[in-house]
Amino acid sequence: MNSISITVNGVAKDFNRRTIFKDISFSLSSPGSMAITGKNGAGKSTLSKILAGLVSATRGSIAYSIDGRPMGIEEFKHHIGFVSPYLNLYDEFTAIENLKILSRIRTVSHTNDERIRDMLLLVGLWNRRDDIVGTFSSGMKQRLKYTFALLHTPPVLILDEPTSNLDDEGMEIVKHIMQEQLKSNILVIATNNREEAHGCTQQLHVGPLPHVGISSGG
Amino acid sequence: MWGSPPGVKRTVNFITSILAVVSKDVRSELRTRYAMNALLMFVVTSVATILFALRDDDVSTEVLSGMFWVVIFFTAMSGLSRIFISEEERGTTMTLQLVASPSVVYLGKLIFNAGLTLALSSAVTLLYLIAFPAFIIKSMEIFTITIFLGSLGFAAAATIIAAIIAKASTKGTLYPVLSFPILIPLLMTVMKSTARALDGELFTAALGEFQVLVSYLMIMVAGSYLLFDYVWKE
Amino acid sequence: MKIIKYLSIACITCVIVAGIAIPMVPQPHSWLEFPVIPGLEDKARNIFFHVPVAWASVLGFLVALYYGFRYLRSKDLDDDLKSVSSAGLGTMFCVLATVTGSLWAKFNWGSFWNWDPRETSIFILLLIYGAYFALRSALGSDEVRARLSAVYSILAGLTAPFFIFIMPRIVGGLHPGAKGDTAGSTPVAQLHMSPNMRFIFFMGIIGFSLLFVWLLNMRIRVARIEYHLSKNEN
Repeated sequence: MNSISITVNGVAKDFNRRTIFKDISFSLSSPGSMAITGKNGAGKSTLSKILAGLVSATRGSIAYSIDGRPMGIEEFKHHIGFVSPYLNLYDEFTAIENLKILSRIRTVSHTNDERIRDMLLLVGLWNRRDDIVGTFSSGMKQRLKYTFALLHTPPVLILDEPTSNLDDEGMEIVKHIMQEQLKSNILVIATNNREEAHGCTQQLHVGPLPHVGISSGG
Repeated sequence: MWGSPPGVKRTVNFITSILAVVSKDVRSELRTRYAMNALLMFVVTSVATILFALRDDDVSTEVLSGMFWVVIFFTAMSGLSRIFISEEERGTTMTLQLVASPSVVYLGKLIFNAGLTLALSSAVTLLYLIAFPAFIIKSMEIFTITIFLGSLGFAAAATIIAAIIAKASTKGTLYPVLSFPILIPLLMTVMKSTARALDGELFTAALGEFQVLVSYLMIMVAGSYLLFDYVWKE
Repeated sequence: MKIIKYLSIACITCVIVAGIAIPMVPQPHSWLEFPVIPGLEDKARNIFFHVPVAWASVLGFLVALYYGFRYLRSKDLDDDLKSVSSAGLGTMFCVLATVTGSLWAKFNWGSFWNWDPRETSIFILLLIYGAYFALRSALGSDEVRARLSAVYSILAGLTAPFFIFIMPRIVGGLHPGAKGDTAGSTPVAQLHMSPNMRFIFFMGIIGFSLLFVWLLNMRIRVARIEYHLSKNEN
């Protein structure tokens, strides 16, 4: 199993003359998990986007490495699975078309038809695979996002609001996914749900005074 | 791949990704048919308007050449920005950012737009040949090379500007405003070259223009490729 | 900065006095006499004012381009501040250059505008400045605005070589130094002036450049104060 490490150093983000957060530093290595908590609008989503390489930090740096080999974000991003309320898949394609097209763009080796099938079965969307995503409910779209995130077996999962829009069955599926990830990989979740947050080894509260705390449990 | 050096594999992956981006945009277009219908109607109505304005007037080749590229310019302006605006509107920019590097996205979109512009210019050529009896292409070689290089140059400039305005608020009106100054060298050159083609000049007479078109294309593609990272990534 | 301020005032005053007062005679004997340029005569005095102003407008663009480039690497909003201050100043000089040029054209060649290469170039520069500010006003956040306008200014800068070198060759022109004028030299400035004229001319260039630096410095200071005031409000 690969050993992954993410080291965040002094990360800060400004937006429109206002500092959203600053002095964020922590370290994650596999197996490991972190919960990012904070009020609405405090910057949880922004921080998770920065970790996933979607947004660049105003100050500070993030170092990624696999098996001790440092990697830039352009290469590392194929080892990240990302789910967020802001993520959208292509409404004009079917579920399975979305997955095939996107994995072809990603061109990472181990995504074949069998894997697509397994993932769709996992989230309970296999029988809706040929339906246009535009017709999906928000809960179904959320489940499809998980397939997209897991398709390339990423050792790092970053989940922003993991259970938004999900019914009980959906939440069970996500809980299962998170537990699987916790076994030997890295999981980062941004959430206000205390129960979800307590399952992680580290907690980071984003607000006026960001601090990293190790919470018991896990 | 067994026995294949990592550099080769990376290049192959790079090209596969780019083609996959192009394929996605093509399939999306075929599925929704947004751009094609609108562009076709735009071309037909523009040519018709010019036809009514000029009618039987004796028009010089310079005017014909100019009007030809005016139609192409405005049609391009109404259609080439779609590839980026559609991603922003549907919120799939983030999705693309997760699966592909900026260069892959840029080259894929560029190829799509190049194909679109070539198709566009061909359509306009056809319509002009039908609608204007005075539009006679006497030097076919000059004309085809002009159309080819001109369309590619157009696509090169238009694609990067499209990426820029996709993040702005007043996208539609901003696009021609930003594109026009950048496209002026191209427009002046292709208009001149097309006029030569209509006048039936020798191929060698247009070499100066071809040099300009090629260097414009190279500079625009190289510059856009390097700058795209700054436009695409937040 | 005080030195620059006074030096600039000194230079420009000198140029104004010398430019207007020194008589033009057919056979200049002393240093305080200019030769008559056939075709232009007294109207040649405009050279001391119009060209430096046009130069300042180009300077504005170059400085804006430089700081835009710096911003992309440093992500420091202060660089963007300098870039936009310079662009604003450049726009003002550009408008002045266009107006003075147009007036000169009226007196010299009879009409206010003729689309000769240099007239077209200053007009295109005006378009670029306009597009730059249109883009900025359509973008919401500071960071996005700084980033994208820097990219656009670089793109516009890439097309500059085409204007400077290619246009005057392709299109003949009225300006001294264009294709039709065999007595002229470089595309940018006609240099067949007598030594004393050249001296006053370069003094004008230097004076206006220093004026530009002085005004830019003031604008940057004001912009910085504004920025910090609004930052503290948040």
